[in-house]
Amino acid sequence: MRLSDLPKGAPAVVDRVDDAHAADPIAQRLRDLGFVDGEPVRVVAVGPMGGDPLLVQIGFTRFALRRAEAARISVRTGVAA
Amino acid sequence: MSASTLRIALVGNPNCGKTALFNQLTGGRQKVANYAGVTVERKEGRFTAPSGRVLQILDLPGTYSLEANSPDEQITRDVCAGNFPGEAVPDLIVCVADATNLRLHLRFVLEVKRLGRPVVLALNMMDTARQRGIVIDVPELQRRLGLPVVETVAVKRGGAHSLIERVDGEVPAAAPVQPDDAASRADLHAQVRELLAATVTMPRTTAALDDALDRWALHPVFGLAILAVVMFLVFQAVYAAGKPVSDVVGDGFGWMGEHVAALMPAGPLQSLVVDGLFGGLGTVLGFLPVILVLFFFILTLEESGYLPRAAFLLDRLMLSVGLTGRSFIPLLSSFACAIPGIMGTRSITDPRDRLTTILIAPLMTCSARLPVYALLIGAFIPIRYVFGVFNLQGIVLFALYLAGILGAMLVGWVMKRIRRDKSEHALLMELPSYRMPRPRDVAIGLYERGMIFLKRLTGVILGLTVLMWFLSTFPGAPEGATLPAIDYSFAGYIGRGLQYVFAPIGFNWQISLALIPAFAARETAVAALATVYLVGGEGEGLGQALAGQIPLASALSLLVWFAYAPQCMSTLAIIKRETDSWRNVAISFGYMFVMAYAASFVVYQVARALT
Repeated sequence: MRLSDLPKGAPAVVDRVDDAHAADPIAQRLRDLGFVDGEPVRVVAVGPMGGDPLLVQIGFTRFALRRAEAARISVRTGVAA
Repeated sequence: MSASTLRIALVGNPNCGKTALFNQLTGGRQKVANYAGVTVERKEGRFTAPSGRVLQILDLPGTYSLEANSPDEQITRDVCAGNFPGEAVPDLIVCVADATNLRLHLRFVLEVKRLGRPVVLALNMMDTARQRGIVIDVPELQRRLGLPVVETVAVKRGGAHSLIERVDGEVPAAAPVQPDDAASRADLHAQVRELLAATVTMPRTTAALDDALDRWALHPVFGLAILAVVMFLVFQAVYAAGKPVSDVVGDGFGWMGEHVAALMPAGPLQSLVVDGLFGGLGTVLGFLPVILVLFFFILTLEESGYLPRAAFLLDRLMLSVGLTGRSFIPLLSSFACAIPGIMGTRSITDPRDRLTTILIAPLMTCSARLPVYALLIGAFIPIRYVFGVFNLQGIVLFALYLAGILGAMLVGWVMKRIRRDKSEHALLMELPSYRMPRPRDVAIGLYERGMIFLKRLTGVILGLTVLMWFLSTFPGAPEGATLPAIDYSFAGYIGRGLQYVFAPIGFNWQISLALIPAFAARETAVAALATVYLVGGEGEGLGQALAGQIPLASALSLLVWFAYAPQCMSTLAIIKRETDSWRNVAISFGYMFVMAYAASFVVYQVARALT
């Protein structure tokens, strides 16, 4: 499942970040920010217009990600974090 | 540089409290400039340690990673690695980490450590960490990291004591340089997890207060309502506090000019001092109160952590016109004055988004346009009610504001289309913990912004103001002249020359002439029109004189011109200063001229055909 499809509040764990194209700097930055295999992740809020951007809790930090950015991240649900 | 000076580079993630720590260490002794060849702000300060050694501290731009994605991050990477041209290699890197956010910040510490340079880790915000019940085994963290670790509280007096003591001592040995490849980068996260498991106990991952506040601040309905109230209050303050002081400053310089004039013999020199020098100073310094009031709010909102929340709420809306949520506050500020708006674009991380915002900011209807709008609307638009309730004058004023916004959206959209670099712009914005803004940090920020305006702009604007004075004063009127002196001046000639350019949009030579001083400051167009139409006052009399001598179509055209025209020169000067590029000034001037001319042309021709 993509992080962009994850319902608000549902607990999940990051699987991996996929490059949208070769040498994708946004994907690399997401990995640097802690979106790596096994990291618990949760959507805590969504923007007021079109549900974009998403507010994502990763580690001890909250990041606002646009849907296109969150779609690079694949997550697993139903796994104990 | 004496041998006893130690160069320290301060690095860290955004929101680690690095700048507060820098302010704490250096106080007001800071030098703000740009790095050679780029428009990234370079902040350096110095202080003398207890041992008598001088410590020179460079506050490098905050970054999440040494894998740089933007010009400011590249600077941090290159200075740390010791290969930024023109910057000395730092003797010591002080890596600042937020003790409440170590999952994110420790990864960067490990990345910096791999550079193989002497590093000290400052665990900042230790007070907040303790309040939240976060327990950090510092000796164990120090042992595992192999770096000296000190605790700091940047926002408390004496909170940097242990850091000063440590950097004043012996420079720690550097860790061995380690290779940087994809596998080792992934490994950093594993190391951080291990470190956290062994040394940090967190009762909960986020602050309870943040969660509670964000439930309201980011709520789809209440969040937008709160934002609207905050913005409403900011504008109230700008007009209640900033604008009156600005007027007092302008009047004060006028008054001083008159008194100085009384001491001088009449003649060109007196005129230069009164109209050129004091008039110009009044104009330039008159901007300052509005700028400071706006920046007070921008800095307070930024320090408190609310600014990224506002950007979160509005990102989608701004994205639809090719911008980012972070563009909102600078653009909104531009409704008061484009100068603080353009200076406020520094919070936009993506350089392309920042440039777009800078270029469209002058299209927002600033307060200096209001006197011109008020004059022309009062003179030409009848007080009539549309549908029984809406005042036609009010509708025209609203239409002019709307014209600016729609124009900006159009320009944003076009820029998105014609940009060669079509790669995706990321938002990737951290929403930091809410914090009480510290008066000291806000004051230092205000002082810096004020000084940038005064030092960089006063000279340029004053020079141009004096030039404007020269053009409208020389050559003087001949003996027995019947027309106002300005008719005989260079400005008069230029105005007459410009009327051929402006005839298709309905401007006669008097209007064309008034556009020349309006370039210095828009509101002076009113005084210039009063002068050329031989009217003493600027109120009722001028309005009637204009209504009798200018056709309605020309007046409408002039209104539209002021909505889009490339003005004022202070704005162009700040674009030069903020983008360090005359090309951007030329683009800005050029597109606004074309846009203003085209819009005025359409309005004039349509209005003439209908009237």
